[in-house]
Amino acid sequence: MDLSLSTRNVTGAGGDRTVVEVGGEIDVYTAPKLREQLVELVNDGSYHLVVDMESVDFLDSTGLGVLVGGLKRVRAHEGSLRLVCNQERILKIFRITGLTKVFPIHTSVDEAVNAVD
Amino acid sequence: MATVELRFSAQPEHVRTARLVAAAVARRAGVDEAVLDEVRLAVGEACSRAVGLHRSNDVTTPIRVVLTEEEKSFSIEVGDEVPGAGVAAADAVGVPGARAAAPAEDFDDADGEDEMGLAVIRGLVDDVEVSAGADGGTLRMTWPVSPADVLS
Repeated sequence: MDLSLSTRNVTGAGGDRTVVEVGGEIDVYTAPKLREQLVELVNDGSYHLVVDMESVDFLDSTGLGVLVGGLKRVRAHEGSLRLVCNQERILKIFRITGLTKVFPIHTSVDEAVNAVD
Repeated sequence: MATVELRFSAQPEHVRTARLVAAAVARRAGVDEAVLDEVRLAVGEACSRAVGLHRSNDVTTPIRVVLTEEEKSFSIEVGDEVPGAGVAAADAVGVPGARAAAPAEDFDDADGEDEMGLAVIRGLVDDVEVSAGADGGTLRMTWPVSPADVLS
């Protein structure tokens, strides 16, 4: 299954947020598409991103690298990148690599959108 | 003798195929269903790493994946043909003396993304062996199987 991406803008408790809904497999082949999407959003001035990973079937270290890259980009603009994920097999990869300490991980889009630092 | 051997050109789009084949053979070999996700991820990481090494070193030969079913174990060997890369990997997964035994210039190709992939493999698989030679490196991962689960 290929990667699917869609974005929508919502207003949460802390202001405007862009939700990026990701589906399918994020691997060495598809990760560049996600990178392009995140770069494009930041270039267009969206600095508060919520990446919804509930429909992601597979994630590898290339995908993690892209998410870390996205986080660095939004932080350069004092922005934020929050993840939404409840899938144990995906969460496990974040734990193994210690990235649970780097990304705020939420259980719902609603929670992530309304989170305030 | 290998149960299934796969060779693919060093293109990112083929890594998914290697994952699917590895998971299918692992399932047949009797690897626990709960571990198949880990097999899929680990073989994907090993293949992504090999693809990256071949591409960044302009190596045009294919990546080799050897899946071997044994009585009590299932192993996957992913081989690249980049000299020295396996040494850096052995060092990264903590094989004692790997770095000391290798010439310093052999490490120049190891980059950060490579290390993240290896960190995932190390976190997922208990039994990882890395060997390096003048012809390239091999990453071998082994999982236990429950023979009773295999349908004859």
